[in-house]
Amino acid sequence: MTEQIGRRVPRKEDRRLLAGHARFGADVQFPRMAHVRVVRSPVAHGTVSRIATEAARAQPGVIDVVTAEDLPADLRIPVRLHVEGTDPGERLQPVLASHTVRYVGEPLAVVAAEDAYLAEDAAELVELEIDELPARLDAGSGDDEVVADFGLGYGDVESAFAGAAHVARLEFSVQRHSGVPLEPRALTVDYVPATGGVEIFGATKVPGFNRRVLAQLLDVDESVIHLHAVDAGGGFGVRGEFYPEDFLVPWLARRLRRPVSWVEDRAEHLVAVNHSRQQRHRLEVAAAGDGTILGLRDDVWHDNGAYVRTHGVIVPELTLSMLPGPYRVPAYSGRVRVALTNKTPCGTYRAPGRFEGTAAREQLLDLVAAELGMDRVELRRRNLLTPGELPHTRAMHTLGTELVLDSGDYPRLLDRALDTVDELGWRELVARGRAQGRLLGLGLSLFLEKSGLGPHDTADVEITSTGRVRVHSGGTSLGQGIETVLAQIVADEFGVSVDRVDVVNGDTTLQPFGTGSWASRSTVVAGSAVRGAGRAVALRVRELGAEVLEAAPEDVELADGVVRVRGAATARALDLAEVWLAAQPGSPWLRDGEPAGLSARHRFAVDRMTYPYGAHVCVVEVDPGSGGVTVLRYLVAYEVGRAVNPALVEGQLRGGVAQGVGGALLEEFRYDESGQPQCTTFMDYLMPTASEVPAVEIVLCEDAPATTNPLGARGAGEGGLTGAGAAVASAVSDAIGRPAMTGLPLDPGSVLAALGTVTGPAAASADGIP
Amino acid sequence: MKPAPFEYHRAYTPKEVTELLLELGEDAKILAGGQSLVPMMNFRLARPTALVDINPVSGLDYIRRDGDVLRVGALTRHRSVELSTEPDVHNGFSVLPGAARWIGHFPIRSRGTVGGSIAHADPTAEWCLLARLYDAEIVVLGEHGTRTVPSDEWFTGFLTTAALPGELVLETRFRRPRRHGTLLEYARRRGDFAIAAVAVAFDITDNRCHDVSMVLGGVANEPLRVPEAEAYLEGAEPGERAWAEAARLAAEAVTPGTGPDDGDHGYRRHLVGTLARRALAEAQAGPAGPRPRGGAS
Ligand SMILES: Cc1cc2nc3c(=O)[nH]c(=O)nc-3n(C[C@H](O)[C@H](O)[C@H](O)COP(=O)(O)OP(=O)(O)OC[C@H]3O[C@@H](n4cnc5c(N)ncnc54)[C@H](O)[C@@H]3O)c2cc1C
Repeated sequence: MTEQIGRRVPRKEDRRLLAGHARFGADVQFPRMAHVRVVRSPVAHGTVSRIATEAARAQPGVIDVVTAEDLPADLRIPVRLHVEGTDPGERLQPVLASHTVRYVGEPLAVVAAEDAYLAEDAAELVELEIDELPARLDAGSGDDEVVADFGLGYGDVESAFAGAAHVARLEFSVQRHSGVPLEPRALTVDYVPATGGVEIFGATKVPGFNRRVLAQLLDVDESVIHLHAVDAGGGFGVRGEFYPEDFLVPWLARRLRRPVSWVEDRAEHLVAVNHSRQQRHRLEVAAAGDGTILGLRDDVWHDNGAYVRTHGVIVPELTLSMLPGPYRVPAYSGRVRVALTNKTPCGTYRAPGRFEGTAAREQLLDLVAAELGMDRVELRRRNLLTPGELPHTRAMHTLGTELVLDSGDYPRLLDRALDTVDELGWRELVARGRAQGRLLGLGLSLFLEKSGLGPHDTADVEITSTGRVRVHSGGTSLGQGIETVLAQIVADEFGVSVDRVDVVNGDTTLQPFGTGSWASRSTVVAGSAVRGAGRAVALRVRELGAEVLEAAPEDVELADGVVRVRGAATARALDLAEVWLAAQPGSPWLRDGEPAGLSARHRFAVDRMTYPYGAHVCVVEVDPGSGGVTVLRYLVAYEVGRAVNPALVEGQLRGGVAQGVGGALLEEFRYDESGQPQCTTFMDYLMPTASEVPAVEIVLCEDAPATTNPLGARGAGEGGLTGAGAAVASAVSDAIGRPAMTGLPLDPGSVLAALGTVTGPAAASADGIP
Repeated sequence: MKPAPFEYHRAYTPKEVTELLLELGEDAKILAGGQSLVPMMNFRLARPTALVDINPVSGLDYIRRDGDVLRVGALTRHRSVELSTEPDVHNGFSVLPGAARWIGHFPIRSRGTVGGSIAHADPTAEWCLLARLYDAEIVVLGEHGTRTVPSDEWFTGFLTTAALPGELVLETRFRRPRRHGTLLEYARRRGDFAIAAVAVAFDITDNRCHDVSMVLGGVANEPLRVPEAEAYLEGAEPGERAWAEAARLAAEAVTPGTGPDDGDHGYRRHLVGTLARRALAEAQAGPAGPRPRGGAS
């Protein structure tokens, strides 16, 4: 069997997904199931004086109505990712609000009924008396509740700026938007009377962590909570964190002693799941006359919404730690103030912190290039770290790890991206369009990513009765294809095809030590664990096979799923099923005390991340008549170290671009002045569709294998998104002849304002229509 | 996103529809394509106590030409108009098939109906704009028989019409066919309701514009005719100069207080200017055949 790693193997999960055999959370149904509807705050900020549930309770078909009074006192959801030196204190989100509500959509009560319609009808009858308080809606307005204020940096920034020939300054803002998986959240929970435990269907991302939190909040042993693996219609960072519903639904199942189902609807989803991205940057760069960067400063306001959720303040920390990007920045100082506002609380969204920071930094670099009269590419080339400077340590920590940029060749990646752009003729395309009077622009961004966060992951590999290879990994399937990738990795240990491998992800009983799928970590960390476990089982297969074949272990080989004596083509061979049989209890080949079966568990630990990098290039057209921006061409060049499955890496990058174009141009959670969310449907929250997303050229680079893991792989989950806001902004500013844009999204109003066509609500006249 | 409880009834003849509506009272609603009503019910913004499904009613799905009048039955799907290749439609009313392509997405066009759109009266709806562009008459059936309402009396405000409780739209009669015409609009994504739309129709004889109509969508609570631009163009020589001036007049018709969203009327005004100029130029170039969709650009 040819090596599976590196091949464009079709996705194993597609068979069940395309045939309709997938099992999502809401597909799991039980008899006597109760259906839950969450009653949410209709106001942004207020004091709750009364919640009257009698009318709702009296409805036929209503089983229970629960408020904070019914729960154990002051239940709050803990932080999963701590940033040293910060303390969210009182601002962790309660499971149900009791005295104060802090955003529209905050859970206040839960109704359980015989079906979902009745539950929604009854939820309307829960009477809320709330005295409204003024809502705080902007971070950095002068009247702020700052929950964390911290800095990161190194070097002598003061003198860098004092001695600089040139200083460029930019204010740049990024709008509130987030990951919007097409399948909203869903949880089905069955109650187990014998143990008082629960069987949970619908968890994704970090089931191990969620089990621990749930066990603590319910005050039960972890072993009576079983989170099952299910399919998921997208995660993107928002899905699968521990939310209030992740406590409420299991708690209700235990209280009612019956199965309970909750399926989030879209309107709920858009106010309930983590929002993300909203930041305002004040950046400064000190440069020598030739464009050499001497120092960098950033002062960030991060709007975190009403509470600190499971991500703590990790998103702004990532913004600061990753801000210098792939460049040689001798002195850097970043400060962030994390402010609470009366809006949906925030967390991570694919490329958290980096989408924002990369957009701000890259626009700053475009600006300094313009101010110095330099070419944008030349300025970047001058400042990119060279291979000889790597590994490069920045005296900062991020996600609790030391920031050491591992191997790489950043200038070469830039060359490869630009060579492809030249081959594709994009510069001519822009020139031709401009000659016709059209506003075309070419945009470029370079970015640094991080991936492969440890500290560990665990995998089990086992041979089963028909000689199949079974994997119980700690990753979770979010639609990203991780089953296929893990199957490829383990297949090579036995020389079999991926069709002989079964992967179960995210089941807390089968794999109690899993760390989940997030932060572009699963191929790197879970993959390395699977490889280790596969290798251990393969060794055992060879040893036991040698025993059966009456040969020395070093004389047998394992290839094509068969153990045979090396060099003896005609000799007897054992397939995996036969070796499995030889490992069964009672087998004459098992020595006294030797455990039966062919399985192994492996824990892979790593204390540093690996840093992928890439470039985005795009061509846009601006219509001065409407302010509309059309992305005509798009390219991503990405260093992945080693692509276990190039087709899946490309898919990850393309999907990221789709979301990045959405974030650059369309998606925004807007609020009115009283804090009412304005984007609670897909009519108002504008996701890009196939019509808005361009075809994406991919330059997949495997020039710099990672040194932090045995596969040499770098994560690829986020790089399609990281540079997108930056590249589109760069292209738009190029199209309209401005040195830099001042924020995202690049909606028609702000594009026309930048063009000077429409300057304010009343100022426009129809004169000068192009 | 589950609707509040409601009764469901099916009707098979127009008469049965009106009888049922009378019997069920004011909170009953007609269900046609359901592409506006059902989402509103799911959001519980509409809470009809009963629905009368008119899809089984036969004889309301047609496009017929009677001399200078194009009659479109209430249950005609958007998609049927879009796909029409009838010379009766294309001679003089070629804007209709072209405009249908701007409506939502394929599944919406396959189910949504012309009558439903006219009854729903969204100020950016393509059929509502065209009803005003072609001085249409709306034929309705009520308790006391049919009556005909001219389109300038039909649209009475945001999502409101001159229809009386219990009345069923039977037909929309588009009148005054003209050789040149088009509808252009802009939305941030394909298939969305337009931020603003402009429809124009006119004839050109002896190198002069005649019989000009211009309607704006998305800038007022109902489709807005622009008499100033129409009067200016009447007898004007077709060409960029005239189009620019007419576009200026169109943009001027967008005043604060007319739009559903006052905050950005400056933007809408700019957009209307753009769309009007482009629509006039496009209409001049010829009867709009099947045309690739492409935003304002
Ligand atoms: C995502 C999306 C995008 C859309 N985009 C557009 C767009 O760009 N342009 C556009 O014009 N529309 C758009 N629509 C709306 C669509 O065109 C609807 O089909 C149309 O507005 C209503 O027609 P219907 O047959 O679906 O009516 P229904 O939804 O069934 O009914 C709408 C209203 O009209 C009443 N009604 C229906 N038929 C009659 C009748 N014969 N007599 C009296 N009253 C009646 C109903 O009682 C109800 O109040 C969109 C819809 C969606 C979901």
